[in-house]
Amino acid sequence: MNFHADVATALPEIILLAAACFILVVDLFIDESRRHVSYWLTQLTLVVTACAVLGGVREEPVTAFHGMIIDDNMADLLKLVAIVAVALMLVYGRQYFVARGLFKAETFVLTLFALLGMMVMIGSASFLTLYLGLELQSLSLYAMVAMWRDRPQPAEAAMKYFVLGALASGMLLYGMSMIYGATGSLMLDRVAEASLTVGPQARLLLVFGLVFVVSGIGFKLGVAPYHMWVPDVYEGAPTPITLLIGTAPKLAAFAFALRILPGSLKGVELDWQSMLVVLSVLSMVLGNVIAIAQTNIKRMLAYSTIANMGYMLMGFLTAERGGYSAAMFYAISYVLTSVASFGVVLLLSRRGFECDTLDDFKGLNQRSPWWAFIMLVVMFSLAGLPPTIGFIAKFSVIEAAVNQGFIWLAVVSVVTSLVGAFYYLRVVKLMYFDAPVGEGPIEARGDARVLLSVNGLLLLLLGVFPQPLVGLCAIALTQSHF
Amino acid sequence: MAFLSAPTLAHYLVLGAILFAISVAGIFLNRKNVIMILMAIELMLLAVNLNFIAFAHYLGDMAGQVFVFFILTVAAAESAIGLAILVLLFRNVGSINVEDLDELKG
Repeated sequence: MNFHADVATALPEIILLAAACFILVVDLFIDESRRHVSYWLTQLTLVVTACAVLGGVREEPVTAFHGMIIDDNMADLLKLVAIVAVALMLVYGRQYFVARGLFKAETFVLTLFALLGMMVMIGSASFLTLYLGLELQSLSLYAMVAMWRDRPQPAEAAMKYFVLGALASGMLLYGMSMIYGATGSLMLDRVAEASLTVGPQARLLLVFGLVFVVSGIGFKLGVAPYHMWVPDVYEGAPTPITLLIGTAPKLAAFAFALRILPGSLKGVELDWQSMLVVLSVLSMVLGNVIAIAQTNIKRMLAYSTIANMGYMLMGFLTAERGGYSAAMFYAISYVLTSVASFGVVLLLSRRGFECDTLDDFKGLNQRSPWWAFIMLVVMFSLAGLPPTIGFIAKFSVIEAAVNQGFIWLAVVSVVTSLVGAFYYLRVVKLMYFDAPVGEGPIEARGDARVLLSVNGLLLLLLGVFPQPLVGLCAIALTQSHF
Repeated sequence: MAFLSAPTLAHYLVLGAILFAISVAGIFLNRKNVIMILMAIELMLLAVNLNFIAFAHYLGDMAGQVFVFFILTVAAAESAIGLAILVLLFRNVGSINVEDLDELKG
């Protein structure tokens, strides 16, 4: 593999990094009133990066830089969705940022660096790149949570996120060191070969390391019992940052789990499978039950995330390709839905008004029937009701679990979805059947309105015609060796 | 006196495990000061470094030692961000006491 081919493989990441540094410098020469130049440069960067990812789609997976990074269809698909989620976050959050003095180059550049970290994670083929991508993503996100500097809640949320995130990274690293000791390599493919043939003593070491790695992944995905940070960070962070934390990093964490567990620890499959069963059941039950008691919509959506990651894991833990593609479909559909849910919250909030309690949604139908309808679609999709994409996603993970004989798990998931439907439909009830409490104007910009409408309708459209996306998820995994 | 013979891989791993356990306990049991938590996080990364170096030496593989350099660099960046958040926290909340971080709950 020569240097030019290496650079070509990592081209999207290289473009993103160069553009982020460029924007950082250019912004120094732009005065306050022309800040939108940096904003549009950021959007342009995202478009160019997405084109580079699309241009790099190949017939065969390619590794580069001595096997450190890999470019396969799975990486391309997940990177594209992550880029789209980040771009939507900037569009939906623009008004919010402007109103709160956060419309600054730091916001844009940190967003790009977080995205770079996710893309490195998604396309990594070694423990080293996995770790570095994860840290780049996490460190950027810690800083972004704390960016709203004159209020106590973001600072507290950032501290909690930082401490638990660092703990998770530490656990992950400890696990990686044990796996390295047991298999003698940091390269995921070589670890995978070695994990199938290790002796009993090394196998013990491998399983010991696995426990820590699964805990670390659990933290990053935000599944119970490693979910403590999720509600506090979702509530405390500025809403666009909450949107960012709740969407693209979940895809990166999913790719991370896919690369490590089936990708490199095939030899101890039964062990991680049984650990994931516990995580999945706990998150489905805990997330859905505690969400009922919430009055803050961001906190409610946080518990909803926990529950949804539990459903996603249910597809994942079947440990066969159908299950992985169902889980990937679930992750992507969750990201699309979640972006729209926070998009509505952002659309309704304005200067000095956060629109983050459930009561703020009372009577939305009388104030604005169209946004009430979009929120209705989003809530239906989160609850898994037809004809939305959430229904297809839940159906496919349950189908995957039943096919592998996890009938009781499927029963638990259906029962917990029923519990979950209560609090999602409560939002619908508040919007349509209660009298409005406040009469605030909706100040969102035209581009945010159009994209949010498209986003909401896409949830319906993909719910009726899911085949293209389902097909993409299946094709994406054909190049992987698991 | 076999225990006091030249240190083997097991000695290093046990030391790493003890340091790791101390740091996890430091994060969870500490109810006083956020700076203590930051120190515990550093200790945790150092425990991992010790593991990597011990394995790298035992396996005769340089990759583990290279990994340690990366972890050290990331740890520096991490403590910089941690301290920045700490300063912000002190300015807004007026305390760096762990028990005062109770605004967000439910």
